[in-house]
Amino acid sequence: MPARPPRTVRPPRTNRRRRLAAALAATTGLAVLSACGAADMTRQSSPYAAAQGAKTVTLSVQSWVGAQANTAVASYLLEHELGYRVDTVQVDEVPAWDALSQGRVDAILEDWGHPEQEDRYVKGKKTITPGGDLGVTGHIGWFVPTYFAEEHPDVTDWKNLDKYADQMRTPESRGKGQLMDGSPSYVTNDKALVKNLDLDYEVVFAGSEAAQITQIKQFAKERKPFLTYWYTPQWLFERVPMTEVKLPEYKEGCDADPEKVACAYPHTPLQKYLNTRFSESGGKAAAFLKKFHWGVEEQNEVSLMIAEEKLPPEQAAKKWVENNREVWEPWVR
Amino acid sequence: MTAATPSVRDPRDPSDSGRPQAPGTGRTRPDARDEGRATAGRRDTREARDTREARDTRPDGDGPTRRHASTGRPAAARATALFSHRAARKLLPLAVAAALLVPLALAFPGAGSWPAQLAVDLSGPLGRAGDWIIDHRDSHPLFLYFFGHVSNAVVICVRAVYTVLLAAGWLGVTALAGLVAWRLAGIRLALTCVAAFAACGLLGMWVPTMQTLALMAVAVTAAVAVGALLGLAAGLSPRTDRALRPVLDTMQVLPAFAYLLPMVLVFGIGVPAAVLATVVYAAPPMARLTALGLRDADAGVLEASASLGATGRQRLFSARLPLARRQLLLGVNQAIMTGLSMAVIASVIGAGGLGDRVYQALASVDVGAALAAGIPIVLLAVVLDRTADAAGNRLGATPDPAREKHLLRRVFGGWYGRLLTVLAAVAAAVAGRIADTSLWPESWTVPIAEPVNRAVAWMTAHLYSGVPVVGGTADWSARFTGWVLDPLRTGLQAAPWWTLLLLAGAVALLVGTWRTALTAVLALAAIGVLGVWEPSLDTLSQVLAAVAVTLVLGFAIAVGAARSARAQRLLRPVLDVCQTMPQFVYLIPVVALFGVGRAPAAAAAVVYALPAVVRITTQGLSEVNPAAMEAARSLGATRSQQLWQVQLPLARPALLLAVNQAVVLVLAVVIIGGLVGGGALGYDVVLGLAQGDLATGLVAGAAIVCLGLLLDRVTQPAKEA
Repeated sequence: MPARPPRTVRPPRTNRRRRLAAALAATTGLAVLSACGAADMTRQSSPYAAAQGAKTVTLSVQSWVGAQANTAVASYLLEHELGYRVDTVQVDEVPAWDALSQGRVDAILEDWGHPEQEDRYVKGKKTITPGGDLGVTGHIGWFVPTYFAEEHPDVTDWKNLDKYADQMRTPESRGKGQLMDGSPSYVTNDKALVKNLDLDYEVVFAGSEAAQITQIKQFAKERKPFLTYWYTPQWLFERVPMTEVKLPEYKEGCDADPEKVACAYPHTPLQKYLNTRFSESGGKAAAFLKKFHWGVEEQNEVSLMIAEEKLPPEQAAKKWVENNREVWEPWVR
Repeated sequence: MTAATPSVRDPRDPSDSGRPQAPGTGRTRPDARDEGRATAGRRDTREARDTREARDTRPDGDGPTRRHASTGRPAAARATALFSHRAARKLLPLAVAAALLVPLALAFPGAGSWPAQLAVDLSGPLGRAGDWIIDHRDSHPLFLYFFGHVSNAVVICVRAVYTVLLAAGWLGVTALAGLVAWRLAGIRLALTCVAAFAACGLLGMWVPTMQTLALMAVAVTAAVAVGALLGLAAGLSPRTDRALRPVLDTMQVLPAFAYLLPMVLVFGIGVPAAVLATVVYAAPPMARLTALGLRDADAGVLEASASLGATGRQRLFSARLPLARRQLLLGVNQAIMTGLSMAVIASVIGAGGLGDRVYQALASVDVGAALAAGIPIVLLAVVLDRTADAAGNRLGATPDPAREKHLLRRVFGGWYGRLLTVLAAVAAAVAGRIADTSLWPESWTVPIAEPVNRAVAWMTAHLYSGVPVVGGTADWSARFTGWVLDPLRTGLQAAPWWTLLLLAGAVALLVGTWRTALTAVLALAAIGVLGVWEPSLDTLSQVLAAVAVTLVLGFAIAVGAARSARAQRLLRPVLDVCQTMPQFVYLIPVVALFGVGRAPAAAAAVVYALPAVVRITTQGLSEVNPAAMEAARSLGATRSQQLWQVQLPLARPALLLAVNQAVVLVLAVVIIGGLVGGGALGYDVVLGLAQGDLATGLVAGAAIVCLGLLLDRVTQPAKEA
């Protein structure tokens, strides 16, 4: 850069100083103002909520489509029947409990059982209140495609799985059979199970449910055998019929030590949870969410519209709401 | 540097200016964005020239060696002496290291893996720390009086911006963007701006776009402020600079994913954590460029202002800062681009906005919907980048009063113009309000999700397997995994740990100095001490394989593109899109093509890193001295001879830079590959985020940092001369 004449060397000094002083004062003022009160970390609402002065409810959406279906129908009804504005946030299961406790979300509509978090937040801190049954019973298990189970009926017993290990082999399974697991956020004992049942399988984590579904569909298209961690209710069963592999029977407490689990997964009645403050003062919205209760078929109907017909969740919810007035009418009353 | 502050180093010494010396190509991560931006070509070349200058002035080794070697001996003898001396100097530390390591190796003879005795298990203390934070977050004064207020302040700011944007309505926002762009750069950019915002609306993404814009505005403002302060400190005091540089260096190679967990832990899921992660991620480029601008200020001007009796502060505000404004603006630009990429990744921790739409679409395996949310991100990137770029150019250009200006532009020039711009935008907003269309009208949206999904389905159905001759993508994936990834991983994991340490040290010594080697060896050793030796080597094998593919493809494309200007023009938009498109969008089609596993992670990494490699290499090749090319041609060299013996050797610095870029970018995506079965460290980070498992997540994050440092050091020639 050429040496320009330094014409700006003499600045209006007082002016600049004044501005500096003003800035300083403003900063100090702000600091003092904010330091005088304690900030409540349990009242942390989303900045996007209530942007236009409406009553707002924030719901957490988990990454699986069933949860999206719950949230879609709940938000449609909240918006169109009760006049709320609904914000949704996508959060994984465990962080969602934390967010619920902090008031970042007002409700979780489908929880698959997190005893540790329940102890901490519901019994300990009392920042979360149970919101009752969702009405759907969830079950986790190991599944093989039905077309394969029909050809080899004995594959549905875990004792015979080793026989098929070489057919389930993939490049990722280190020479063993592949047991495909999904998102790391899901409840799983599979590594311990494989070890304790002494199976010739390797647990391969797909890393996300999306990746797992994509892979299952791809296998099904080729009619290849596969063994996967999966759960019901799930819309994918309608597209890729799968049969459960029987694991050693579940008994109360057999999964207490995560290292020593050697039994099947339980059947879990899925639960709703509300932020305590919202539960007490949430008015109609809280009452509605507590009453929200539907069955497997209803949830799957909406899930399928979202996942297979690729309808946006709002439209799927709209369609369902229009056709099922008798189901939801009691919730909003 | 003026005479008043005598410096041992030459101000142009690259070791002093470190990496930021080459805003166009010299830095690591932000360049990915920098390169990815749809920049005007002239700036790219200008910066490349800067790089070259900086490189040309770089001493060929350390000063003392040269001086020592050149004490009056015949040239040939001097050369050999120099060589042997340098070789000896380089081998000596290696010998020392070997001497140190051999007893250790004998003490812990374990076949391959890092000896358990030398590892530290951090899961206990980290787990307890995590529990403590969660249990005390609602009651401890640190949270009540500090983090709580930070969090609230962020929420208030974002909400304020968001409310303003919503109140302005789509008419107001679009009008303001268009007018600002027009004032800064002219009618073409203005039209681009308007079209971009209109496209966001047409895709049905208006509200998420505004949410992202609000988050970005707050985060980038904070990042620029923090970065400028740090840069100011580093630019004015060499000591601060020395202290700060390693920190900034490390932050630049850190994949975005590794930043998220600590933020979530302190602030919980949500906008504050997302904003702060973005600030931390976007501040380093600003700090670097500010420091660079201040240090590079013209000594003559500073001297002049000093001799006119200006005080230190006057000199800073009236000479140094104005002289550094080009770098400052470039820093702002970088902050915007890195911020935008982070805003998407931060959707994993609840940032909302466009990133969240992409992430939700991912959950239902809906590539079309993900694309619909991804396009506005690309458009925002392009528009923000060009506007910032235009602002930079305008500042750089001296006003030319003699030039005939368009009447309208004259009206909108100067202070009046600024007022007029705002007034016009407000008028548009009010008009929108009166017409009652503050949000984008729903009937004006174009659904693109379905056709895109059909196209993707067709592609995956026809390419997955059974393609004649070449085989389907599933076969490629299996072969790549079986023949490349597996042997690499097995080899790395079976090699005795001390061999790998020695190897890392040796490679680093070859390309750098003993300091580089020390950093590399220590980084690798730290991975072992953290107890994640095996997964880290797994990740390393994926990185190496993906980098190899990237380089082969990238160099091939670049060699082709360097020959024809038209090919470069055609390539540019493709490269732009590849780089600014959030990786989440193409993860799913990649899985559909390559199956779950490490292969899709590597494929996604190649897609992401390829553009930077192609750009840098093309630029390096096409800027090879034309005289040298002409000479080669007149000597009768064939085209391939020209390429191999003239072009490639002359473009060597650019090629090396491309390798470095490829390594760092690939590492970033291989980590995200944890979402599609990449396993290893990426999976651990995802697990840490998903389960709130601090021990796993933080240890994996630290290992990624070490891996990044290692890879960066062994591919960055003579940076720390």
